[in-house]
Amino acid sequence: MERRIRTPITRGVVAVAVAAMLLFPGAAAAEDLDVDEIVQRANKVAYYQGDDGRAVVKMTIFDSKGGERVRKLTMLRRDDPGQDGADQKFYVYFHEPADIAKMVFVVHKKTGGSDDRWLYLPNLDLVKRIAASDKRTSFAGSDFVYEDVSGRELDEDKHELVKTTKDYYVLEHTPKDPSTLEYASYKMWVHRDTFLPTKVVYYDAKGNKKRVMTVDSVTKVQGFTTIEKTTMENLATGTKTVVEYSDVEYDIGIPDKVFTERYLRRAPVKYLGAK
Amino acid sequence: MAQDDDEEEPALPSGLGDQDDDEPPVPAGLGETTSDEPVVVESAGRSLPFELRGFADIRGGMRVRSDPDLERPTLGEARLQLEVERSWTPLSLTARVAGDLLFDPVVGDYELHLETGSGAVDLREANVVASPLEALDVKVGRQILTWGTGDLVFINDLFPKDWTAFLVGRDIEYLKAPSDAVKLSGFHELVNLDFAYTPVFDADRFPDRRRLSSWDPTQGRIAGADDQVPTVRPDRWFRDSEWAVRAHRRLGLFELAAYGYWGFWKSPAGADPGSGSATFPALSVYGASIRAPLGRGIANVEAGYCDSRDDRTGDDPLVRNDEVRALVGYERELRPNVTLGAQYYVEWMLDYEGYRAGIPAGSPTADEVRHVLTTRLTWLSRSQTVMSSLFVFVSPSDGDAYLIPQVTYQVDDHWRLQAGANVFLGREDHTFFGQFENNTNVYAAARYAW
Repeated sequence: MERRIRTPITRGVVAVAVAAMLLFPGAAAAEDLDVDEIVQRANKVAYYQGDDGRAVVKMTIFDSKGGERVRKLTMLRRDDPGQDGADQKFYVYFHEPADIAKMVFVVHKKTGGSDDRWLYLPNLDLVKRIAASDKRTSFAGSDFVYEDVSGRELDEDKHELVKTTKDYYVLEHTPKDPSTLEYASYKMWVHRDTFLPTKVVYYDAKGNKKRVMTVDSVTKVQGFTTIEKTTMENLATGTKTVVEYSDVEYDIGIPDKVFTERYLRRAPVKYLGAK
Repeated sequence: MAQDDDEEEPALPSGLGDQDDDEPPVPAGLGETTSDEPVVVESAGRSLPFELRGFADIRGGMRVRSDPDLERPTLGEARLQLEVERSWTPLSLTARVAGDLLFDPVVGDYELHLETGSGAVDLREANVVASPLEALDVKVGRQILTWGTGDLVFINDLFPKDWTAFLVGRDIEYLKAPSDAVKLSGFHELVNLDFAYTPVFDADRFPDRRRLSSWDPTQGRIAGADDQVPTVRPDRWFRDSEWAVRAHRRLGLFELAAYGYWGFWKSPAGADPGSGSATFPALSVYGASIRAPLGRGIANVEAGYCDSRDDRTGDDPLVRNDEVRALVGYERELRPNVTLGAQYYVEWMLDYEGYRAGIPAGSPTADEVRHVLTTRLTWLSRSQTVMSSLFVFVSPSDGDAYLIPQVTYQVDDHWRLQAGANVFLGREDHTFFGQFENNTNVYAAARYAW
């Protein structure tokens, strides 16, 4: 564990640095992180907290005229054992609205390959395997796309640390292959203490803001930084989606078998918690 | 492309302050760190000790040409479905009941027949699922059962289907008729086994002549409401039972399965010479399937051998012959929100000479091999609130086709509108799709769900 203290310092900065080191053993002092480390940490906080987790999610989709649609679902996540940033499995059980209630969506996310996906339609007892699709397709009709939910591979973009402020690392990302992103670039504000990306702005080729994600409120659950509310605004279409997380729990010990056909057909009530 | 960052730097979200991180975390709902109250997930049945859902559905349809044997409306009904579900987590047990109240003036038959689902009440589900052992699930009661890899093509899925509902434009869930069965599912690393035992034969709900005219082989012509087929159904408890088995596992990217079925032909496939009633001869089916990603899509292969046990040599003209069925399918996304699937399906009649020898002179003869191509095109638009789809069956060997266009619009979280058509085309009157040519219909529906 290395400590490098630059002068002049205030007690507050030292306290924060010490706390940061306690939370992330092996960390260098904040100022000396390079962009790859920041990006990895941010990815970890955004997608890999704990070994597994559950969240009850309420997604409110606002159309351009102010009409509202609400989706409620419970999501289970399990990281395949091994390095963080590796494969994951997701189990999504929809509660509302009525037309998708009791449907189950399971994803085996594979870094460096196509995901395996299944959808269970309870009224037909049908387990449907879903073809690999464009990760930039909307998730459940919201302003979040599939890749926002499951994570974008870090080596798909070039990352640059543009600026460091009191609270944030400001990063700029450009896709290596422009066809993998419908925007020309995106900028991310990563909170320095927690490495949580709290704002992401997507720009078109002319530098206009097209889509903005903001984290509205945050809490700590079992020591993990946890988003409570986040908003994705699509400036081009005038639509907005607000996502609220509740009943969050980590390290529940969700077994791998939950993400198989058995539990597509039969919801694992034990792990879904309060339904 | 430098942006003016200072204007855009986000204010810290509530909950992230520059206070020391070693302060104890603020419990949700306390302090001013969270401006929003913790979200309590509400669902319709929250105030009740169980979960209650349902919908009210009204739909109507009519045939586009007049049919000498039947009235114009093919569909006209108001349906109320109520579903109740309750789980007891410590017992790992879930009970579910779903039933429909149906007002259907087109057929106008309100007498209760829970087995066939005709009448004013259609009990869709009434079952209990439990896990008596860690690796065993048991589901007992009325339930919908499905397996197999085909899309509207069923080789190893011998569970009952409601063809009438499918052909007149009821919601797709009504294609599957409920089974009264016990399903045991055992799970193991090596292989998973499903075993479904139906103590009394559950036949398909085959096209109802009160609604749809179809080919009558005894009369050699299309027949309608005046010529309803009397059927003799195997109905002895435990003696006329059905057994369906599936062994399945994943092997890397592949989903493998082997199937077995011992029971009866699900739709009438035989005739009793004395009474002229249609019968359901004995049937066994043995099959297998593989499903896996291929390129950017999903491919599947499935095959089955139908052993018509009452006529192994094929020369009994009153009983359907043995048959081999095989299917190859592929589905992939063409562009975001547009998916295309295609299948090629064959039915190969065995002991064809025996069949030919038994056909009465002048009766139309089926081909030894029937080829069917299907495609499904699905398009989601308007933030995935509108789904347009077209499913097409084409049989180049039979010279007929069945087209199913449909548009569904999810108006809001409760209301859904649907419109579509069932179009039947055929060169001949006696082929599988061609026989329904006079029943080509259009329909529309509105549903309120909660």
